[in-house]
Amino acid sequence: MLKTYKKYPKPFLHGALLIFIIIAPFLFPNFTTQLATLWLFIIVAMTWDMTGGQMGYNSLGNIFFYGTGMYAAAVFAISLVYDVGEYTSAFGGGRFDFTDQQYFTGFIFGSIFAGFFCAISAFIVGYLTFGLRGPYFAIGTLGVAIAAGELVSNWEWVGGGQGIVLPVYPGDLDDGKVFIYFAFAITGVVLFTFLNWLYKTRFGAAMNAIRDDEEKAEAMGIHTLRYKLITWAMAAFFVGIVGGISAFQLISFEPLETAYQTINLGIFMVVCVLLGGKGTLWGPIIGAILFHVIKEVTWSYFLGWQWVALGFLIVVTVVYFQDGLMGWMKTKKPEWFGIRVDQKELEAAE
Amino acid sequence: MDQILGNIGLLIEFPIVNIAIIIEGLMIGALFALAAYGLALVWGVMNVKNLAQGDFVIAGGYVSWWLVNNIGMHPLLGVPVAFVVMWGIGWATYKLVISRVIERDLFTSLLATFGLAIMMAQIMNLLFGSDTQSLTLDMPVLEFADGFVQLPMAKVLGVLMACSLALGVVLFMKNSRMGQAIRATAQDARAARVLGIDTEKVYAFTFSLNSAICGAAGAIIVMVWVIQPFYGITYSIRAFVVVTAAGLGNLPGVIAAGLGIGAAEQYGGHIFGIGYQQAIAVIILLLVLIVRLLQQRRNRQVLQ
Repeated sequence: MLKTYKKYPKPFLHGALLIFIIIAPFLFPNFTTQLATLWLFIIVAMTWDMTGGQMGYNSLGNIFFYGTGMYAAAVFAISLVYDVGEYTSAFGGGRFDFTDQQYFTGFIFGSIFAGFFCAISAFIVGYLTFGLRGPYFAIGTLGVAIAAGELVSNWEWVGGGQGIVLPVYPGDLDDGKVFIYFAFAITGVVLFTFLNWLYKTRFGAAMNAIRDDEEKAEAMGIHTLRYKLITWAMAAFFVGIVGGISAFQLISFEPLETAYQTINLGIFMVVCVLLGGKGTLWGPIIGAILFHVIKEVTWSYFLGWQWVALGFLIVVTVVYFQDGLMGWMKTKKPEWFGIRVDQKELEAAE
Repeated sequence: MDQILGNIGLLIEFPIVNIAIIIEGLMIGALFALAAYGLALVWGVMNVKNLAQGDFVIAGGYVSWWLVNNIGMHPLLGVPVAFVVMWGIGWATYKLVISRVIERDLFTSLLATFGLAIMMAQIMNLLFGSDTQSLTLDMPVLEFADGFVQLPMAKVLGVLMACSLALGVVLFMKNSRMGQAIRATAQDARAARVLGIDTEKVYAFTFSLNSAICGAAGAIIVMVWVIQPFYGITYSIRAFVVVTAAGLGNLPGVIAAGLGIGAAEQYGGHIFGIGYQQAIAVIILLLVLIVRLLQQRRNRQVLQ
């Protein structure tokens, strides 16, 4: 496993990318929100790949952590200043003001709190669902996400079906967009660095072992449930954080269409990973960029039919192009991935 | 909380309400069982878990609804017409998508049909609008026990049609040559191929049959209930609940589980309020999965 990644640390490439990430919102000031959404896609795709690609557990319910993160961050930020029940029943009537300091403490600590809250929920949900394998796991987690959305939309204390309205960014709105962009970007860079390290460790090897053959992994002495829970909790931590940031980005959100958006973001993250290539470090990132571009194009040119076009994209990707871009490149150019193909063997095979 | 206790109190105080709820639940449950039987068929024969099941149901409903409103067809005729139309749509779906995912791993078929479900729901939304639709039959409503128990003849008729359709399918599977081939393929596809059964044809037939059953169920649902383009996913989930609880190839189990989930949903809707009805269907799925999981864990096995 280590050998495959041997070529990886390319300080030059990573440095150039980092500089681009930092100057991007100033280069394209009109697209700051778009770029922030792109980061959201990249992060959720990478976290989905932690369980889906690297560990072989295809969850359809990771959106549960996104929605829960949104609500956890919002409730935390509000409860620092006001009573949550009173606040939500006013539906952002304007009687509740936040000072600058209250906004930023709410934003930062709220998002981090959302991350930890989601990690803990991942432990609980995972304990109940990790005995399920394959399609049952996918359906079970999908069920968790749908049920959570329906229950939250009936929970008056957090605003019921109307959702929550959060305070607007204090100060210039364009600055606010840049601020949100960097909140996403920092989370994304931290996640990338973390995964880049994690996939090379023994822990990463254990994750791959679970994917390849769980029974054998268990026989080799790997406590599989523990590994699965920790991996999912780590994924949930990051999804929770971006959920919290999204809550402040969107300002007002409601449970079924925005927070627990099972058929939008919940399925998009899977498609991103499949487009780019499952079980690779760069696959989800490339896939997310590709998907975001396709999505924006269909949104502008197929007005009204954009959802049909996206459903079509999902079906085509899954049916015809499941190995994704990285998988396709791996078969075309194996030497780029540090895989040595014996020319003699190839000739013998022919 | 008070409201919930009050609702439970009402059930105890007036036992007749229970009967009304159970009858209502069993009627809806019969239709769930129909969709679930189709799912079990496809699942068992070609090992494809069809998440677009509910959207086939809704599509069948819209076929009937559209024909009644535009051609002036009698609503009851909608059931056989939807059966035929959805047979064609199912066959096309099989040829375009499903035939390419049969040999792949299970998550592929799940995701492909999920994409299909999104596509179908959106197409119906564009064609028919997002309002809830229904057809009304001019039929008398029978009343029992001082009007506490109402029995609309339209619903009774719908259930009877569902039952006769199910009976027809079961007899077909038991007695016809094709039914025999389908059962053989479900047992061992390779052996069936060796013995000269064209499994490709069997697969196409099974999927079309499933789609047609769903379509007929949808045409019944539009008469006794309401349909809406995005209701599909809950029917899919209910079908999954029934099949997961009952297991494959267990027809009495499918019927019992279908009726059970129908009644449970009605009770839940009555006790917790109508807003929770969707949530209850999903929570029942989770409960069924967890119970099955604990059963398996006792034998140190997993659900796969």
